[in-house]
This record gives sequence, structure tokens and C-alpha cells, in this order.
Amino acid sequence: MIQIENLTLQRDGQPILTGVETTIPATGLTALIGPNGAGKSTLLHGLAGLLPPAAGRVLVNGIDIASARPAERALRVALLTQNPLLVPRLSVRDLIGFGRWPHHRGRPRQEDRDHVDEALRVFDLSALEHRSLDSLSGGQRQRAYVAMAHAQATPWMLLDEPLSALDPRYARDIMERLHRLSRPGEGARGVVIVLHDLGMAARYADWVVTLRDGRLVRSGPRPEVMTTEALSALFETGLAVDECRGRPVVLPV
Amino acid sequence: MTLRRLGLLSAALALGVALFLFWGLRAPQGFILSLRSTKLAALLLVGGSVGAATVMFQTVTTNRLLTPGIVGFDSLFVLLQTTLVLTLGGAGYAGLPPIPKFLIETACLTGAAMLLFGWVLRRDADDMTKLVLTGVIFGVLMRGLAGFMQRILDPSEFAIVQQASFATFAGVDPLMLAIALPVFLAALALSLWLAPALDVAALGRTAALSLGVDHGRLALATLGLISVLVAVATALAGPMTFLGLLAASLGAAAIRRHEHRLLIPAAALTGALILVAGQFVFERLLGLQSTLAVIVEFFGGLLFLALVLKRRTG
Repeated sequence: MIQIENLTLQRDGQPILTGVETTIPATGLTALIGPNGAGKSTLLHGLAGLLPPAAGRVLVNGIDIASARPAERALRVALLTQNPLLVPRLSVRDLIGFGRWPHHRGRPRQEDRDHVDEALRVFDLSALEHRSLDSLSGGQRQRAYVAMAHAQATPWMLLDEPLSALDPRYARDIMERLHRLSRPGEGARGVVIVLHDLGMAARYADWVVTLRDGRLVRSGPRPEVMTTEALSALFETGLAVDECRGRPVVLPV
Repeated sequence: MTLRRLGLLSAALALGVALFLFWGLRAPQGFILSLRSTKLAALLLVGGSVGAATVMFQTVTTNRLLTPGIVGFDSLFVLLQTTLVLTLGGAGYAGLPPIPKFLIETACLTGAAMLLFGWVLRRDADDMTKLVLTGVIFGVLMRGLAGFMQRILDPSEFAIVQQASFATFAGVDPLMLAIALPVFLAALALSLWLAPALDVAALGRTAALSLGVDHGRLALATLGLISVLVAVATALAGPMTFLGLLAASLGAAAIRRHEHRLLIPAAALTGALILVAGQFVFERLLGLQSTLAVIVEFFGGLLFLALVLKRRTG
């Protein structure tokens, strides 16, 4: 599990998140939601150990992630940021291969190639493996980046708005695959994902953390956190949580 | 396929080398060949150094439009020459022993670059944007200072500074090359050793960090190598701001791969090819003694504009 203990994070000396204290379960899909500027991406960077805490700490499976060496960190947490850089002439297979860097440090073995093959299969990218990233659609490219995080084979995958700019088909496709990966069982991953699409959060999240103005508002199982009252108060607008064909949906009202 | 492309680049360079050495060779052949060989070695070394350095600089700054010259190497070189002419006078400057001058210039350029890089990176982890901007500001400052000093030179001394401000391959001392070559080869070998980590760094700082690359340390090591390569090339021939941009862009376009173990040699070969082919056309075919650097800067500038426009419309 990830234990967040009285965490304060700053950027350029300015506090972005203050006094966050919660726990994220080891398996399942956790959604970070909240209005713009709430500190969701900053929290994700803190969970990845890339932003040293001004106060408090983050324990990932018992390890203080901010004090771990970069190589050790990368074996525990995979982080996919918003709008990753597009390297010219980089193929899908080579991109996913970068996910294995923490394991081989520049000398890939058969085991690493097997992991890349598996990521290609899990994210249905085998037919595109030799295509250059800049020749792919936004959805295919995003799937390739998520596959890279998958190939890293860490217990945790942290994803910052991986659905931005994706149409519903691609967005749903990625969420389905992440949801499957996070099911308890052998090889299950803890998936923490920043989402703006509340419908996707309602449909796929097991656990939800809500943030507002740099503070934790609520953290808990999805049905307890994503209620009509809580979401309307969080976003300061009328939102209703309802059911459609037995699935939770969020509607503006 | 990629190795074949690299082979083609090497073959083109070999052809350029052969033409440069043997085209229109007349008696006394031994003497002329030795002169041409010295110039050729300088062309290869400068082209190779600047090409390799630019690929690495573009990777650590994650910007395909930059060259190391932008962070003030060229301005510092011109400032050094201006200071020397101002303090020693034209005759004193011309009488400077070339080897100590070359060594001091190399040390000054490397030292200044490492001071700048170390200072900025220590203060702001690995903020490459700040590093580039600080370098640009220092470059402007040094250019302004050199410009001010040039105004108080007499016209003949000013002409000497002007001549030194453009790269030239005439009068390179073979001993300088003997010193520069092992430095170049060692820096190139280290660059290739760093190549796999540079592949990851090309994804950007955050991505590289999350993949376990110690980005700050890698950036500092790479910038150190860049400083050495560019300092040696600049002290040997003089400043060529856009040569690196041409070499890195054309080299990458020629091999069409992203791996630095291929990009670095391709850019080095392309840089050398541009200089050797350009000098051959200038000297042997056109019989001109004009400075090749001016033409390289012109086409490099055009390529820069083309890349900027392509980005806007792309």
C-alpha cells in the first residue's frame, strides 16, 4: 500500500499540497479527482518520489520513496506524465522497451524482450510495434505510453491524465485495460490515475481520493466518496451520481 | 539498414577525404600532401567534435533547434581574442606561440563552460531552460564587452580580431592536432558509453527520472563532454555556431534512427563531411580562399529557419 503521512509538497518554494494524510490500497484502481489546481499532478509526482516533501513522507510498500535512489525508485513506481515528449523516429517497440531500462540499464536481455512482447499484447499494439510514434493517432500513442509504464513491471503505476484528448472509444479502451491490470491476483498492479472524467472514475475506480485547493478532502472506497453531495461540493457545481444499467454515472444537473 | 546508412555516410566522407587529398596534386607531392593532411585532420576533428557535441546538447536540453554555440562558447572565444589583441597589440598577438595559446584557450573555454553549467545546475537541480537562458545572457554580455573593446582598437588590430572571429583551418599546427586528437577520441568514446542513458534522457527529464536515470548527474557529465568537444574545436579553428545544427539535423535525417549510439557517429561523420566537402569545393574546384565558415553559417542559419517554420506548420 501507499501511506501518505502529513505530506506537504512545494514547487518553487510555494506550497501546493499541505498536510495530506491517507492510505491507498495495494491493488485496485485509485482515482485522484478534484478541480483544476487542486494539486493532483503534484501529489502524483510526490507519490513517485520525484518531488521531495517539504514535510511528511510517502511510504510505498513500506519504503520512503523520496529517499530511495533513482534506480531503486524506478523498480517500485512507474510514472506516466501528462504530454510526454515525442522523440522523432522512435518506434512503438522501442518506446515500450524504455520501460525496461530500470531492469537492464542499457543491456536488454531476453526477459526484457518478453516483457515488451507482453506489453504489446496487453495493450493490443503488436500490429503497430514497428510504427513510428509520430505516425500514430493520439489514442494509439497514448496506449503506447501506458504500455511503456506497464513494461516497467513495477508494483505501482501512476498515470497523470492519460485520457486527455482521447475520444470515448480510446479512453474506455485504456481504462478497461488498466482496470484488468489492477484486479487482485498474481501480477496485480496498484494503479493510481488522475482523472477529469468523473464518469470514468465512477465506472472504474475502486478507491477515490479527492483534493481541493491543495488539501485532501476525502479518501475512501468509490461509493462512499463519489456521492451527489460530495461531488457537488467539491466542484462547486450541480452534479448528480446516479445509476444507468446498473453502473454508476455522474451527470451535470 | 541503419548500419548501411552509416556505412554510406562513411563512404561519402572517405570519398571527400580522397578528393581533398589527391585532386590536382602536383609536385612537390610530399610537401603538398603533408599540408593538406594537416588541414584535413583539422576539418575532420572540428566537424566530428561539433557534430557529436550538438546531438548530445540537443538531447539534454530536449530541443532540436539548439547548438552548444548558443550558450556563449563563440562569444567567449571572440572576447578572448579581442582581449589578447588589446593587451598585447597586433604584433604581440601574431607572435603568440600557437601551442600554449591553443591550450590556454581550450582550458578557458572548458573551464568557463563547466563553471556556468555547474553553477546553474547546482542552484536549480537540472533546469535546462535556465541553463540555456543563462548561457545566452552571458553570451550577449561577452559579445557586448568584446564589441566595446573592439571600438578602442586601431583599424589594423580590429582587422586581426575580425579574422580570428571566423573559423579558419589554415595554419593549424600539427602538434595542436596531436594534442586535440586523443582528447576528441576519449570524449567520443565516453559519449558512446553514455549513449543508452541519453536515449532515455531524450524522453524528457521527468520521464528519465521515473525510469531510474539520475538525470542531474547524466546532464552534468554530458555537458562536461560537450564543453571539452566544443572547446577543442573552437580553440583549433574558431567559432562555427550553426555547423552543429547542420551536422545533427542532416546526420539524423540520413540514418532515421533515435539511438544515440548511431546518432552521435552519424552527426560526427556529417559534420566532418560538410567541412571536408565544403573546403574541397572552395579550394580545389572554385579556387577561392573565402572563409568556408561564412557559407556554413549561412546554410546553417537557413536550416534553423526552416526547422522553426516546420515546427510552426507541423
